[in-house]
Amino acid sequence: MKFIAEIDVMPHAALLDPQGKAVSGSMKNLGLPEINNVRIGKHIRLEIEADSSQSAHEKVEKACKEILSNPIMEGYSFQITEA
Amino acid sequence: MSSKIRIGVIVFPGSNCDQDMVDALSVYPQVEVKKLWHKSANLEGSQLIVLPGGFSYGDYLRSGAIARFSPIMTEVIRFASQGGFVFGVCNGFQILCESHLLPGALLHNTSHKFICENIPLVAASSTAAISASLKKDRTYLIPIAHGEGRYYADEATIKNLQDEDRIIFKYSSAEGVVNQEFNPNGSLNNIAGVCNKGMNVFGMMPHPERAADSALGNTDGRLILDGFMQQLFGEELVKAQSVSM
Repeated sequence: MKFIAEIDVMPHAALLDPQGKAVSGSMKNLGLPEINNVRIGKHIRLEIEADSSQSAHEKVEKACKEILSNPIMEGYSFQITEA
Repeated sequence: MSSKIRIGVIVFPGSNCDQDMVDALSVYPQVEVKKLWHKSANLEGSQLIVLPGGFSYGDYLRSGAIARFSPIMTEVIRFASQGGFVFGVCNGFQILCESHLLPGALLHNTSHKFICENIPLVAASSTAAISASLKKDRTYLIPIAHGEGRYYADEATIKNLQDEDRIIFKYSSAEGVVNQEFNPNGSLNNIAGVCNKGMNVFGMMPHPERAADSALGNTDGRLILDGFMQQLFGEELVKAQSVSM
């Protein structure tokens, strides 16, 4: 069976995100001072061949832990759907 | 069979300081420096493995994240776990952190700018081989060139590094003052380099190999490399170098 995972990787809330901070600053210039606390992460989409949804979850979990995120600086969350 | 000391410099796709490192370490006549392609799974008898600077895999995903899974890294991790000496500079340091051979991570500089300039360092550790021979009453002016060099680790890790004398270099003023004013990238406690618990794996963001020849107008990096080689392989090795200073 084929599954699709939509993964979000975000910098930990306690860490300074200089990219997000710079984008927050530009919101004023755009005339949108109501928008602040921008934080920038990554969205990753991938396909998995697996026998079951549970097995797909386990594979994505391993990928997230070992390469797609660095737990020292980032957290992740994902959703899996059958393709 | 050659009785020379063997040093292997790993080349990843996107490494760009490998030749500088080979040149900087080739001044010692008893040393044979060899480049090792990342797809090889053979360290060829190296007694020191160096991971050079650059942009392995274009810094895709995170700096060093993909290089960590190159075939040669399985051997480097095995070598390090048996006490083998491993040294990473800049991207090499990032790869060592991603490989969990060194604690912590290198985040985007606080300024979010790529910083390329000469920065004074103090040699912080009196026990680690890379800084043990260096003078504590002076600074070493060494180039940094990175966008992601902000050293970060959790509080407990930083405390361990301090307690175990594993912080090898700190960013400072020319006079050796270590504080936020002289912190180029936002690294915790001005940390520029660390070593592992076994004190056989070393990583630093500044590039000593870029300041190791009089033709470059700065030989402070030579002092660091000489001190390191002396600690690892003995004083005679360093004395015999073809003098370029």
